[in-house]
Amino acid sequence: MTQILDPTDERVPVRRALSQRTGSLNGSVALVDISKPRGDVLMDRLAARLAESLPGVQFRRYRKPTYTKPAPDALRRQIAAENHFVIEALAD
Amino acid sequence: MTLPSFKLQDRREQPRAFPTGRLALLCFVKEDCPTCNLSMPLIEAAYRAFGELVDVWAVGQDAAGNALLVERHQLSAPMLDDSALRVSFAYALEIVPALVLADAQGQELRRLIGFSKPEWQALFTEVAQLSQRPAPTVDWDAYPDWRPGCGSKSVEPGIAERLAAEAEGSPLRARRIEIAPADDEFEFMFDQGLTDGLPVVPPTPERVIRMLAGTRRDPQELVAIVPPNMAPATVEKVAVNAVMAGCKPEYLPVVIAALEAVCTDEFNIHGVMATTWGATPVIVVNGPIRHRIGMNMGVSALGAGNRANATIGRALKLALRNLGGAKPGGVERAALASPAKYTMCFAEWEERSPWEPLHVERGFGASDNVVTVFALEGPRGIADQTSRTARALGGSLGLGLESVWHPQMHFYGDTLLVVCPEHAMTLERERWSKNDLRKRIQEITARPLRDLLADDESGDGIPPRRFGPDGPSEDQLSQLIPKFRGAENIHIAVAGGEAGKFSAIFGGWVSGPTGSIVVSRKIEEV
Repeated sequence: MTQILDPTDERVPVRRALSQRTGSLNGSVALVDISKPRGDVLMDRLAARLAESLPGVQFRRYRKPTYTKPAPDALRRQIAAENHFVIEALAD
Repeated sequence: MTLPSFKLQDRREQPRAFPTGRLALLCFVKEDCPTCNLSMPLIEAAYRAFGELVDVWAVGQDAAGNALLVERHQLSAPMLDDSALRVSFAYALEIVPALVLADAQGQELRRLIGFSKPEWQALFTEVAQLSQRPAPTVDWDAYPDWRPGCGSKSVEPGIAERLAAEAEGSPLRARRIEIAPADDEFEFMFDQGLTDGLPVVPPTPERVIRMLAGTRRDPQELVAIVPPNMAPATVEKVAVNAVMAGCKPEYLPVVIAALEAVCTDEFNIHGVMATTWGATPVIVVNGPIRHRIGMNMGVSALGAGNRANATIGRALKLALRNLGGAKPGGVERAALASPAKYTMCFAEWEERSPWEPLHVERGFGASDNVVTVFALEGPRGIADQTSRTARALGGSLGLGLESVWHPQMHFYGDTLLVVCPEHAMTLERERWSKNDLRKRIQEITARPLRDLLADDESGDGIPPRRFGPDGPSEDQLSQLIPKFRGAENIHIAVAGGEAGKFSAIFGGWVSGPTGSIVVSRKIEEV
């Protein structure tokens, strides 16, 4: 991974383009718990609800070691390789 | 585990050092965290119960918030100021409140994260046993069993990286941006709007560190406040933009001096960038540094092909874009602009000039290294392949200059005339000074007012209404008006290839206190 230093005055967050939206959900979906307290509780409920309403979709659970740092490269690669979509429980 | 020692000031600005030689309970809190506020009465209760034998300290993460916490909770326990967050970082805090119980030598005995009633109760019991003091009486029913904490300020995005760099002794403080392996780093920088339309060199920490070797200045020293965003440009930030532009480290002092020069009230870079006219900073470099960093002052001096010329000018423009926020279509509003907006920097060929060089004329020593910045448009040529006398050549250059802005616009401001070596030789033969040349330009361009008025034949020029409702008098119509307000508005430098009787002019913009004033700055000696 390349790391660069921000040449700006840093008043604007770094923007990333969103992936193209497909309009439908199929294949496999990663549910990522970022290790915030009780994030797993939220993910459990979400997984149960989604499994009910989307029986043809496979859900896989992942967990970041800590919410304070980006996911390790290996985990990101694994999530990208094994899934078509990602749902991540961000922050509080 | 031995905890890092530290010294912090309490709210009376008294230093407090850890370890203290006594049992210590360090309570890290921040004001905008509800769980910290929930815990504050317990911290105060601990201080009142154990304070004589145990150092119970609140450690707050921002100065204004600390004062609020003290006031809100009527805190008598010492509140230490860790707004620099160095202690929070050293203690590897991710969440607050965080309570750290340590023995007299600074060994960590226990750590509580967030709020857990059973843990707090156990902590009070433990401290009571260790200190032989009764535990405080607390209405525990008023407290929930559990509450999550909030993120420590020391791990907020941007701050964690800065603290890590400080802890490692790294000179870099700029926000770090990670480019995913699947992303093309050059495309990423285009997508982020960080380029001038051409690819830029990715400013990796390694490249920026190398660039910083080009200056003796501290990386965090402020170079300038860059309009229009009024952004602070540190040496590091200038170095980041210099890397992107393709500079070598030895160019950095020139870029820094140029940025200092344009970010003055006199130069008025905000106006220069914002004008719908195509003005842009034009950098002229004088002094021995021209040779040391390999600048071009000869063949194609105003054009492409030389790294120093190209990248110094580009670094300045990238800094104005990325730090100042002046982007075309945003604050940068030139109707057409010119390729000079990418970069415009050259060196004067002092050795080939019959005159004292630009920087000496402007009050510097011959051996000083100096940048001079002008607010000008792009250059264009003036051909004269046949004049054999200084007078005839001076006349040609004057006529060429008359088209600047608009031929009928006389009494004009700053302009830069770049005299090519062959033209310089013609003038030198008759020992013409720069002032002789200026005088000749003013003489040949002097026109009667009647030829310069805006009228139905040419709608721009000197407006007749300037002379009152009846327009100018007969006497005024016959008055001769030179092209330039004063001879001193004609700035002269020598550069270019030894063959080719083609000089060049850079038209100006609004000159003087209402527009832009030419600024020179000495370049740091390295």
